[in-house]
Amino acid sequence: MTDRDAWEPEAAPLVRPYVITKGRELPDEEQLSLITLVTAAPADPRRPARLSPEEQTLLDLCSAGYLSVAEVAGHTQLPLGVVRILLSSLAEGGHLVTRPPVAPAALADREILQEVLNGLRAKFG
Amino acid sequence: MVSAPSLGEQAYVRGGATQTAVKILVVGHFAVGKTTFIGSISEIEPLSTEETMTRAAEAVDDLKGVQGKTTTTVAMDFGRLTISDRVVLYLFGTPGQQRFVQMWEDMARGALGALILVDPERLADSFPVIDLIEQYGLDYAIAVNHFTGAPPRDEAALREALDLLADTPVVTCDARDEKSSAAALTTLVRYLLDRAH
Repeated sequence: MTDRDAWEPEAAPLVRPYVITKGRELPDEEQLSLITLVTAAPADPRRPARLSPEEQTLLDLCSAGYLSVAEVAGHTQLPLGVVRILLSSLAEGGHLVTRPPVAPAALADREILQEVLNGLRAKFG
Repeated sequence: MVSAPSLGEQAYVRGGATQTAVKILVVGHFAVGKTTFIGSISEIEPLSTEETMTRAAEAVDDLKGVQGKTTTTVAMDFGRLTISDRVVLYLFGTPGQQRFVQMWEDMARGALGALILVDPERLADSFPVIDLIEQYGLDYAIAVNHFTGAPPRDEAALREALDLLADTPVVTCDARDEKSSAAALTTLVRYLLDRAH
């Protein structure tokens, strides 16, 4: 926690996302980028879920397939910073599987760009 | 308490277990047509962290020449396009206001590149957007969104006005039209591929 947190408002429902995340580096931003794909892990009976209502809500949303972190925020209308914190807590608890995006260092990868180009051409002519 | 919306199958990433996500930014000044552009090619109903502007923000943003627009995207909106069994592309749109700098950092990190939407009638409004994209080191192409009634502008003049490099692609598009938007995006990706040599 930094000093800045002292004057930042609590995560109230009506606080805008950029107010909440402003100036604050979330611990695992690299792991949970906007386009990290997430899905619920198979339930483990040895690990009973003791989740907050909000965590349970996000987990339910993620139970039917993969969504990006941004999509989870969009569908729930929760501030992005809040979604990130809840999702990373779920991931740490083993309730969530995450698929990170392409590492920035490998972005010049011609293969990916070529695939995107081919895909666009195939889809739209 | 937030209730989980119940989503149809199409809401989820197809073949998610093998997919890697990439993103491209669609940026431009206030009311240039970003949301329309993303909506025209996204396979999902575009999502957003959009909010209706407050009165305070209205005083800051420049509404001149923009009729009938009472709310705007103050955060970002985004769409999705499944490219293949391996790659899913996200398109993130945001206005060029400096005050969303934290969000810009989030969006720009790891982006393949940016498509900058430009209104030929409000060229000066695009300067801060181009500055921001250059500041984040992203390669970009310019898409001139032609609005009804706006006279065509010749490309050389536009390049000069925007101070573009000779190899920066400039395309004209109609953001309402799927094929036209896709063609602009294709131009950008082809350029990024050339740059990746």
